[in-house]
This record gives sequence, structure tokens and C-alpha cells, in this order.
Amino acid sequence: MKKTHLIPLVVFTLLALLLYRGLSLNSRNIPSPFIGKPAPAFDLPRLYQKDQRISVESMKGKVWVMNVFASWCVSCRAEHVVLTNFIRNHKVPTVGLNYKDYGTEDYGEEVLSWLAQLGNPYSAIAVDTEGRTGIDYGVYGVPESFVIDKKGIIRYKFTGPVDQKAVIETLVPLILKLREEPA
Amino acid sequence: MIPEIGHFALIITLAIAIVQAIFPILGVSLNKPQWVALARPTARAQFLFVSISFACLLYAFVTSDFSVKLVANNSHTQMPLIYKVSSLWGNHEGSLLLWSLILAGWGLAVSIFSRSIPPVMLARVMSVMGMVAIGFLLFLIVTSNPFERLPFPPVEGRTLNPLLQDFGLAVHPPMLYMGYVGFSVAFSFAIAAMLGGKLDAAWARWARPWTNIAWIFLTGGITLGSWWAYYELGWGGWWFWDPVENSSLLPWIAGTALVHSLAVTEKRAAFKSWTVLLAILAFSLSLLGTFLVRSGVLTSVHSFAADPERGLFILIFLGVVIGGSLTLYAARAPKLQSTGRFDLVSREVGLLVNNVTLAILTLTVLLGTLYPLIIDALGSGKISVGPPYFNNISIPLGTVLFLSMGVGLFLRWKKDSPERLMKKLLLPANLAIIIAIFAPMFFGKEFSWRVSLGLLLASWVALTALIWFAAQGRSLFVKPLSAWGAMLGHVGMAVAVTGITLTSMYSTEKDVRLELNSSYEVAGYAFKFIKMEDRKGENFTATRATVDISKEGKSFITLYPEKRNYGPGTMPMTEAGIDPGFFRDLFIALGEPLGKDAWSFRIYHKPFVRWIWLGGILIALGGLLAAFDGRYRRTRKVFLKEKANRQTSNKGAAA
Repeated sequence: MKKTHLIPLVVFTLLALLLYRGLSLNSRNIPSPFIGKPAPAFDLPRLYQKDQRISVESMKGKVWVMNVFASWCVSCRAEHVVLTNFIRNHKVPTVGLNYKDYGTEDYGEEVLSWLAQLGNPYSAIAVDTEGRTGIDYGVYGVPESFVIDKKGIIRYKFTGPVDQKAVIETLVPLILKLREEPA
Repeated sequence: MIPEIGHFALIITLAIAIVQAIFPILGVSLNKPQWVALARPTARAQFLFVSISFACLLYAFVTSDFSVKLVANNSHTQMPLIYKVSSLWGNHEGSLLLWSLILAGWGLAVSIFSRSIPPVMLARVMSVMGMVAIGFLLFLIVTSNPFERLPFPPVEGRTLNPLLQDFGLAVHPPMLYMGYVGFSVAFSFAIAAMLGGKLDAAWARWARPWTNIAWIFLTGGITLGSWWAYYELGWGGWWFWDPVENSSLLPWIAGTALVHSLAVTEKRAAFKSWTVLLAILAFSLSLLGTFLVRSGVLTSVHSFAADPERGLFILIFLGVVIGGSLTLYAARAPKLQSTGRFDLVSREVGLLVNNVTLAILTLTVLLGTLYPLIIDALGSGKISVGPPYFNNISIPLGTVLFLSMGVGLFLRWKKDSPERLMKKLLLPANLAIIIAIFAPMFFGKEFSWRVSLGLLLASWVALTALIWFAAQGRSLFVKPLSAWGAMLGHVGMAVAVTGITLTSMYSTEKDVRLELNSSYEVAGYAFKFIKMEDRKGENFTATRATVDISKEGKSFITLYPEKRNYGPGTMPMTEAGIDPGFFRDLFIALGEPLGKDAWSFRIYHKPFVRWIWLGGILIALGGLLAAFDGRYRRTRKVFLKEKANRQTSNKGAAA
């Protein structure tokens, strides 16, 4: 009987350890281990053109952004306007990685109506139904954005909703710099 | 000068809190009545000084003193006064100061309305509250000083996030904090009772009104937040299972369980150790919520200050408060023998089902909220849990919960006969089934089991509550306040469930392209785009559309959806045009320009959406009435009389 009263304490201790680990893991500023490495290859079906596929290979020679998003992700809505303006104003080819969305097995409705509502700024959308590609990229949470250079190397990763400050201070200068680099 | 006074007052507050945390409780064990007597004055002094500090910061915000870093980062001279005030808590440091102010406010309230509580108990309660205050004050002073100055003050401040420049959001955080922090009172009573080793019905009776009031504020705060999200975010949603929303829901669920469990402990002296555990849980979840919001461990639209160093501080604080109280619980709980015995069919068991379901719900929501973190910590990929998970768990758990809500009211304490119960429940059960079958037809849409289930549960809960209520009290018209409270609480829940069910299943949502003077029809309402104009607000510029809505050819309202721009570096805000109604909302949001004279619009027809918040208001009202039930005042009078008798018989011994 007495041992049962220890259960809450044990549960809490485990939780505290988890949170502690979460603290050291997290931080948006910790560089992704993928930076400076080639973008993990993927070859995924496209959202609007079901029979076509999109891959890292096909983006070679361009400075591009991969944005991980999902219709169920609230933060994605928050960043959408900023992201759209960034993509349009600076003509950045951007691949949307539609991560584990509802019903994407059959190219479901949710993401289509989400894009219809908010507008579709992406040059192509890759459907990552099972989230495999997301795992390959070490996606921590949705949304996340990766900047990839002409050679297909990941140069920068932004975790969480992109804000205006990040666009002005980090993304735009970086994109302009990378465009100067030889292919 | 003023900010320095504020900073200094904050340090004095800390010193007072330390005295409050140490002396009264030590006085009890060392038998020093003078130390015990410090409980009240220190609690009041703590409130005084933290108020001074708060007033100083408020002054800096109202006068736009940009030499204070916090003001420069969050305020702007052009902002209306109300947002200058609310931007005080629209940021990390200021919101913590508000936390501390509210905590001290609760301490002050307890120190005033505690005449019936024995000094020894009060001393322990106040000391525990002092300890909690020390944690927050240290956090403020060490890691997040709100009074930090800038060596070169800017001419103009960076404005408050436009999303937060709204009346709903000006009031939402203080309400939520009142709730969060209010649970510290129940928590302190529980800890004090455990320290005293005497967990009788008395502590439950003292803690109950406080818990109710805290719970009312939390209910109100959550309702307000949901309402704000609905009209301000401009996509017609009212709940997103966002980590921060969840962290306000978690203490609410635990608090709901606590409110009910306290009743059993007070009236039947049962569930003693369980109630204590719930009191610890409710407050711990409030603290955990703060941790999740402030540390940036989970990504959320709400987390405006993510700072791992602060996260570590809160985590240590959590460890001390929660770890400490659970250790105390593990040591003391085995000695708590619940004396009240009860049968399988009894109100105790009904409340047990309620408690267990709510506890499971708390844990599943907690699991879902922390799941990305767990997966991450285990190193097996990174995942976000979306609404599908929460929707899937809340339907079955909600079903069990609502079924038990209906039965529970009719159950008698200790022992009840199943036959008697069946007889009572037959009528509401049949009516609820009839409503569940026929009401959906009224909407003329195709059959959906979700609608039927939702309506079945809602009408079951509402009908049982009303029938039960009719039989309470001395006559049909005179009812005790606690009966009003229980009835409104349950009916409110039913109203909210009705709203949630019908809105989620029957809403229509259309994205349309409208040219000037063209119109579009949704659910029998024609929306006509009349004109487009620019207008200037106090601190923003806006593009505003005029949309005329008519039904059956008769125009009945004009709405003005707009897009606001609060200057460079900020996101444009969507201000939806809403025609609210008891049975439906019409909601129109302005989208993007689509070439000459054409714009995209998002139009919603949302049946019964108001019922969600109406339910929240009813629930809060129910809690309010229950907290002011005459019973608590009566016991105080009885107690005072007893105390007076005792004092006259032991004259001289008390000194």
C-alpha cells in the first residue's frame, strides 16, 4: 500500500528528467548537424501533379528553400504571410514539404483547402505522407525551413515560424550571398 | 527614478516573502506565538510592496518611458492607453510581475477571509504561499528584471505585437493568471494540512471556496482566449490544441476533478489522499504550463520569450515545489485513512468515475503535448502531434465523462439502490435519445453519428441537471446556491458540447473571388461586395471592404472585414467582419487582392458557435454561485461561536 504513494513522485521525476533533456536539446539556435552537409535525397510525389515527382536532384543549380509544413500546424498559419511575401519579393524557389498531413495517402482534402484559403507560394509541394523525409532532415517540429545552395548543400535551418526579423536579418542576406556563389 | 523605486520595492517584497515563508511555520513547530502571528502582516506587506513595484512599471508604460528596456521593446507612443497598459503583461518580464502581484493578492485575500481558520493552520498556509512567492520573485529579480534601463533610450518604442492589441487579449492573461495562481491557495492548504498531519474535512471546507474561485477565473480565461482566437486570428477556429492552449486546459481539467473531489472529502471524509494529490496536481500543472510557455521547449505561436537559461531556472523551481510536495505526499499519505465507507452504487463511486476519467484525460492531453519532446529525447525522430490525436482521445473519454455526469447528480451518498436510480434516469435517458435521433433531421443534412452522439450527451447532461435541480431545495423557487451552481455548471457544459458538435459538423466555409458589386451565396445568405477603401486607425492603416449581406433578397447587415498594417516589421492583421447570432455566426475575412477590383474572401456560416463560449460563461457562473453558498458562511459562524466558548472557558491559557 505504501509504495503506491510513491508513484506520483516517480512519474514527476521522470518528467523532470525529460524536460531537462528537452531544454538542452531544444534552442532554436543550436545548429542542425545537417548544416554544411548535402541535403538528404528525397524523391516524392507532388501534391497537385500526382504523377510527377520532385527530388533534391531536380533543384540543383538553384538557391532554394525547403519549408516543412502541415495543415494541422498552427504555427504554419502564423508564418504563412511572412513566408509568402519573402518568396514573392525575393523570387526564391521554395519546395513545400507537406509533412504527415491528414489523408495525404489519397492526396486528401485538408491541405488543398488550407492552400486554397491562404494561398500557395510554393514552386512545388512534396507529399511526405509517412514523415520519412522529415526524419531524414531531423525535423524537430513543424514548421521548419532549410536554405539549400546551388550544390545541394544545406546552409541554414530555421526552426519554428519564420518571422519578419529573420527574413530581413538572416534569410535575405544569406540568399543574396549564396546566389553569388558558383554553381 | 520611478523604475528604480519599482526595482527596490521588488527586492523588499522578496525579503518579506522570505520572512513569511520561514517564521510563521517555524513558530508553529517551536511554539512561538509571536512568529505565528507574523502570517497575516507579512502576507499583507508582501502585497503592498509588490503593488508598489507593479505601479512603478505601469507608470513607465503609461508615460512611455523608453529608457526602460521593457517599455522600449513592447510599447509605442501611438498606442491607445488600454494597450499601453496591457503591453505590460504582453511580454515575459511583465507577465511574471503580474503573476507575483496576483499571487500576493491571493495571499492578501486569504489573510482577510480567514477568521474561521485556526492560527496554526493559517501560519502554515501563509508560509507555503511565501515559499511559492520566493520562487517567482527570485526568478524575476535574477533572470528577468523588468526594470532594466537602456543607456541610450530610443525615441520611439517597438510596438506591441499587433495580434495582442485587442481587448480580449488585454484581459485574457490576467484572468488566466488569476486561475493559475489561485490554485496555489488550494495547494498551500493541502501542504499545510499534510504538514499538520491532520487531513480532516476541515481543510477541504476551507479550501473549497478558494478552489472554486480560482477555477472560475481559469474557466473565464480559457473561454476568453478561445473567443479571441476566433475573431482575431481570422480563420474561424476556436481551439487548436496548441501546446500553450493545452497548458491552460490541463490545470483546468485537474481543477475540475479537484472541485468535485473536495466535495467528497468535505462531506464524506473519503478520497482524502486523492484530493490532496489533485490539489498538488492542479497547481503543478499551472507551473508546468508556465515552464512550457517560457522555456520554448515546445514550439508554439504563443511563446514570445524562449530562453533556455530561464527554462532551467523554472525547471529547478518546478523540481523543488512539485518534487518537494510529492515527497511529502509519499511520506504522509499512507497515514491518511479515509473513514467514509461506501457501496458500489453511491455518489462516492460516481465522483470516483468522474475523477478517474478527468485524471486520464489530463494525462492523455499531457502526453500529447509532451509527445514531440519525448520522441525527441529518445532520439527516435521528431514529430508533432496534431489535432487528430486529441480529437480521437477526447471523444471516447468525453463520452464516459458525460454519461457519468448525468448519473452522478442523482446518486445518494454512501449507498443507493440501482432500482431507484433507474427510475429517476429513465425519463432523461429517453428524452436524450429522442433528441439525438430527431434533432439532426432538423438541420436537413446527412446523418452523422458524431452529431447524434454529441447531441445525445449534451441533452443527457442538461436534462439530468434540470430534473435534478427541480427536486432540490424546499420549494420549486427557493434553491440553495450550491444547487444553482451544480446545475449551471452541468448545463453550461452541455451548451458548450452542443456548440462544439454543431459547429464542427455543420459549418460551411467558402473561399471565393469577388469582384466589386458581385455577390456569393452561402447557406442562404447572399454576400455582396460593395466597395473597397483605405482608412487610418490610431496606430495602423487598413484596407477595408464593405460587404452587404441579404437573406431572401432583404439586406439586413453590412460587414466591414479589413486588413490592418501596423507598420514595418509587423505582420498584417486580418480583422474579420462578424455578424454574431444565437443560432449562427456569419463570418467574412478579407483575403488577397486578385487583380483589378477583385479580392479573395473567406466566408463562413457557423451554426451554434456562440454556444461554446456561452457554455463557458454558464460554467463560470455556476462556480461563482457555488463558491458563495451560505454553507461556508454558516460554518464560519458556528466555528466562531465554538471558538468564543472555548476562549471563555480557557481564559488565560491562550496567551
